[in-house]
Amino acid sequence: MDDNLSSIGKPQITFSKEDDGHTLIILKGQWTLRSLAESSELKAIKKLGRDKRKQWDISQIDRLDSAAAFLLWQAWHNKLPTDLIIRPEHMRLFEHWQGRNIPIAEPIQINFSAIFVHILLQLQGIARHICTWLTLFGRLILDLIFLLGHPRAIPFKEISLTIYKAGVSALGITALVGLLVGVSMSYLSSLQLQRFGAEIYIIDLLALSIIRELGPMLTAIIIAGRSGSAMTAEIGIMRVTQELDALSALGVSHSLRLVLPKVVALFLIMPLLIIWTDVIAMIGGMVSADLTLDINYQQFLEQLPKSVPVVNIYIGLAKGAVFGVMIALIACHFGFLIKPNTESLGAETTNAVVASITAVIMVDTIFSILFKNLGFP
Amino acid sequence: MSQQHAIELKHIWTYFGEQLVHQDISLCLEKGEILGLVGASGSGKTTLLREIIGLETPSQGSLKVLSEQVQKACTMECRKRRNHTGVLFQNGALFSALNVFENIAFPLRELGINNEPLVKQLVCMKLGMVGLNSYDAMRKPSELSGGMVKRVALARALILEPELLLLDEPTSGLDPIASDDFVVLLQKLHQELNFTVFMVTHDLHILKDLCSKVGVLAEHQLVAFDTLDKVLNNKHPFIEQFFHNHRAQRIFNLQETAHGEG
Repeated sequence: MDDNLSSIGKPQITFSKEDDGHTLIILKGQWTLRSLAESSELKAIKKLGRDKRKQWDISQIDRLDSAAAFLLWQAWHNKLPTDLIIRPEHMRLFEHWQGRNIPIAEPIQINFSAIFVHILLQLQGIARHICTWLTLFGRLILDLIFLLGHPRAIPFKEISLTIYKAGVSALGITALVGLLVGVSMSYLSSLQLQRFGAEIYIIDLLALSIIRELGPMLTAIIIAGRSGSAMTAEIGIMRVTQELDALSALGVSHSLRLVLPKVVALFLIMPLLIIWTDVIAMIGGMVSADLTLDINYQQFLEQLPKSVPVVNIYIGLAKGAVFGVMIALIACHFGFLIKPNTESLGAETTNAVVASITAVIMVDTIFSILFKNLGFP
Repeated sequence: MSQQHAIELKHIWTYFGEQLVHQDISLCLEKGEILGLVGASGSGKTTLLREIIGLETPSQGSLKVLSEQVQKACTMECRKRRNHTGVLFQNGALFSALNVFENIAFPLRELGINNEPLVKQLVCMKLGMVGLNSYDAMRKPSELSGGMVKRVALARALILEPELLLLDEPTSGLDPIASDDFVVLLQKLHQELNFTVFMVTHDLHILKDLCSKVGVLAEHQLVAFDTLDKVLNNKHPFIEQFFHNHRAQRIFNLQETAHGEG
């Protein structure tokens, strides 16, 4: 009995020879998407459908759903076979497909001129980015001029909040990174210097590379990743929640209230963070020089001012201030580009971090070229 | 001076790129009126509202709000004008970094009022007007329910005593009870403070209970702008569809019989 029931549940195909020599295909059982997926009848149907002379009888089907009807319809090459025996209630399922084209998803044709247009659009996009970024920069300068005349409008609260968020709370991570870089620099170069017996030059090497190059770069990259992304996301969220519109409606300038405090704060804290990173990295280098090369602390500190002219520190600090302005402006620029949806929020935040790190390295190269004759002992 | 119009739109055309949004829209809203603007989704209602706020500029035409030309270039002068209009955004747009009290006080502080006791009094007065208590004042916007967010946003929109209030779907996302409360609240405040209201809405109840004028946007144009009774008799196909479907009929008929009994 059970066996009988389960065989009723499955889709079945039986054949019977008619008197006139034709084969009659009889479908029975449950023809639903679920039952078809578990059986092999689907392939059989496709094969049988190719022969157009066969006669079909689907009036004995217990249940036919629209998916199974569609599969049959496809097997019959989008038309009902002649002499089909069918129950009227099942006819409705097929009527839906009659005289209607089934849309076919076509693969996209690769067109080489389209690739060219795509590249052109990308370049245009970059040009537009630079253009809007410069507009933002210009607005910032106008705001600064405005603030000179209206010192009461300076957003002190926002500036101090950003100094805390981007500066004070970044002290730990910059110190850790600085220390590790100092130690590893010192270890690696000590191995080379020992071979030439030039151990004392470890001080020149560490001080020049850290103060002039590594300190500012490391700090800028950490701040770009840490605070730049936060700034972009913050402005983006304000767009999503219409807070930007609310500010505009209240007549509050976005650039004065949102961009300027961030730029000013980073301009102020980047040099300070760089000094902090430099000092910690030098301590790391000094400790490891003492351990590997037996250059004691006193010797190290005495030699330090002689090997590095003080102008290097100024160059590092100037770099830091410029990096800070760049990071904040790029972060804000991408923040304002965010459209009110979650996908755009993620994409622009990524773009902001990538763009600001790239910009930092580019500006650093410009600094190296401009000051190539300055600050070497 | 009573003839002065709160909002005056003349031949407004708006395009988004190639796409036409508004085609030659003109309307005058007199002071003290409550206008409900209806229309299908995507018919440009919110765009029109944003143009009146000054967040977007029409491609052509002139737009006067409280007899001042609206321009895109925002100078200090235009900021002062903006203080005469209060805006309630669809989702409240409360500043998530500030608590309720600071949100409502924000426009005051922007105006340069730093007298702390005065700020406190003004804010508490508005809090009371919109039916919130002092316990709610110290909460963050994320801790509030939808109805309360709208109330706080309304309080912030009203804190500078605006002559014109712009509302973007004030009852969307509220349950029927909260939305009824909101309508009653707005009605009460309108009687007390006598401002002009321009609102974008889909809510037929609000049109019936609150609005003295109804505008209908369809096919890029303003197809009707009149009192509700006259708009209901308009034979435009969209209006027929919008106001004479089963649901709308039920609302209007039910309320008419209720009014008749009262």
